[in-house]
Amino acid sequence: MIKNLTLSALTALGLSATAALAAGEGGHIHDVDFSFEGPFGKYDQMQLQRGLQIYTEVCSACHGMKFVPIRTLADEGGPQLPEDQVRAYASQLLVADEAANMHLYDYNEGAARPLTENDHFPANEAQNAPDLSLMAKARAGFHGPAGLGINQFLKGIGGPEYIVAILTGYTGEEKVEAGTTYYENTAFSTGWIAMAPPLYGEDVEFADGHSNELHHEAEDVAAFLMWAAEPKMMARKKAGFVAVTFLVILTSLLYLTNKKLWAPHKGKKTTL
Amino acid sequence: MSGIPHDHYEPKTTFTKGVEKRLPIIGLIYGTLMIPTPKNLNWMWIWGIVLAFCLALQIVTGIVLVMHYTPHVDLAFASVEHIMRDVNGGHMLRYLHANGASLFFFAVYLHIFRGLYYGSYKAPREITWIIGMIIYLLMMATGFMGYVLPWGQMSFWGATVITGLFGAIPFIGEPIQTWLLGGPAVDNATLNRFFSLHYLLPFVIAGLVIVHIWAFHNTGNNNPTGVEVRRTSKAEAEKDTLPFWPYFVIKDLFALGVVLIAFFAVVGFMPNYLGHPDNYIEANPLSTPAHIVPEWYFLPFYAILRAFTADVWAVQLVSMLTGGIVDAKFFGVLAMFGAIIAMALVPWLDTSTVRSGKYRPSFKWWFWLLAVDFIVLMWVGAMPTDGIYPYISLIGATYWFAYFFVILPLLGVLEKPAPLPASIEEDFASHYPGAAE
Repeated sequence: MIKNLTLSALTALGLSATAALAAGEGGHIHDVDFSFEGPFGKYDQMQLQRGLQIYTEVCSACHGMKFVPIRTLADEGGPQLPEDQVRAYASQLLVADEAANMHLYDYNEGAARPLTENDHFPANEAQNAPDLSLMAKARAGFHGPAGLGINQFLKGIGGPEYIVAILTGYTGEEKVEAGTTYYENTAFSTGWIAMAPPLYGEDVEFADGHSNELHHEAEDVAAFLMWAAEPKMMARKKAGFVAVTFLVILTSLLYLTNKKLWAPHKGKKTTL
Repeated sequence: MSGIPHDHYEPKTTFTKGVEKRLPIIGLIYGTLMIPTPKNLNWMWIWGIVLAFCLALQIVTGIVLVMHYTPHVDLAFASVEHIMRDVNGGHMLRYLHANGASLFFFAVYLHIFRGLYYGSYKAPREITWIIGMIIYLLMMATGFMGYVLPWGQMSFWGATVITGLFGAIPFIGEPIQTWLLGGPAVDNATLNRFFSLHYLLPFVIAGLVIVHIWAFHNTGNNNPTGVEVRRTSKAEAEKDTLPFWPYFVIKDLFALGVVLIAFFAVVGFMPNYLGHPDNYIEANPLSTPAHIVPEWYFLPFYAILRAFTADVWAVQLVSMLTGGIVDAKFFGVLAMFGAIIAMALVPWLDTSTVRSGKYRPSFKWWFWLLAVDFIVLMWVGAMPTDGIYPYISLIGATYWFAYFFVILPLLGVLEKPAPLPASIEEDFASHYPGAAE
């Protein structure tokens, strides 16, 4: 902790929106028991849909998600919205930052054209807010102990936990430095973050009646951002499971083959 | 091919006789596969096959990744995300390739330390060892340049730091750095040449691997006793050896299977564990990450690089003697490359006539201390440069050099080795009492 504080002091120089880019250390990060953790963890489809709603209604006002194709909202292992809903969702998305989305600019209309499901989520750099496509993989919630990586091995790297901690870590204190307002946040490396508290609880109404308390909202949007960063996670875990199972069988057979092959030379009787 | 007496391929049919007369390729394959191999090889002799697998895996996955990757500063990061999201199986290809590099280095370190313990570098296998060291250097260059290609923050800043090492060379450093980068800073020209070389070097490695294998097939394998296979007659050689096929092929495949179970568990369940979160942030020349940390497999040598700071007396002395030409930064660079060169020179630094560490009572302790030193350096290489860490780095780096330049030369003179077994056959029989015929 003392080390982290020292590091925080060192990084305190970069108090700007870009400081968030370099950060990802320090502060209090609590482990959250997400459904997608562990070798057999799966995304909770309903949670991803709620997270998408929060992203759309709150986060996207300042943040973009430019690497995520909208059509993937319909993919298996994701929010898995019906395709017509994805089309409808894409068509109502607004481009807040035209300068960052010139590929969408329609010169005849003098404005960004309506989005389709084949577009990516719009980029949004107007407020200097970092893109959220990979945020859940670009931050580490857990470290150590003593640089040994054991916490990350046991709990995961902790990107989604970091997002939850940031969203719930505001103390309510503010300060103004060089014309910019900073908000005290217990999870942020320097203790003061340029992002105003985005969620207070009860910011969105969920169609499924799920609780919209602050920590529920934070977890839902963190889960959604994990999916946005790693949309093929479930396919990957399945491939890993199949590969490991296959290799265990193959290796067992090779073990027996090897044993039998060498037995006469080692003066052992084979039982096979 | 081997110096150990053994059967040679005899073509039997008209067709194979005809082929063999024109191109003795079947004989070459036969000779390679049937090479007499010391029958007492233990489980530390399996890393060669793991390394061969890694090279093949990296080349195959790499070639497919290149089909979807765009080497341009504005597009590289997005093209990697395209691979992760849109390319069929692309996420698996990329994770296999990224973690494949880690497996490659994991295996090469065990392979090298196997050689260091059992004296595999000693006559007549010096050329095998030197070629191995060149392969290792090329692996490091390839791994480093590969890490730059996704064009994340660590890619960019790692490239900046590492090419900056060349800038530390007195007088000609800066022009060399500019020449390497293709410009005054890491930019598109750098990315393009790293991409080109990242594609080229693995094939150079593949060529050298063939020479590496050729070299030790000519001398025969070393083995845990370090006692050579008896070669006066084929009958005698056969008491010490078994043919590579099927005995060692099956054994190695079994071991490879065990290694791959762990590898696929990492790829499937925790593919980003060995990576760095900052590399999921697109490169930004205007924002320096709080810590620039190389990949784990570079850390021991990175620690040696950072160990020699300006307040170390040896650095001050050298700086004074050279009139300031060798400053702390250049000293660190020399130490880092020197640490690898020390390993490459070990055939001539080790004065002991006994090959295997098994029969060297004091050597064992120093060797294991070196292994611990390597792990400590790896750990401290990722730590900040304040507090106690620089001292740990300095002690670790000093021991690394002391092992090669002081301890090994002296041990050969001072140490009284234990008696060696008369033959590999005798050693093997002592492990398997029932094996006596």
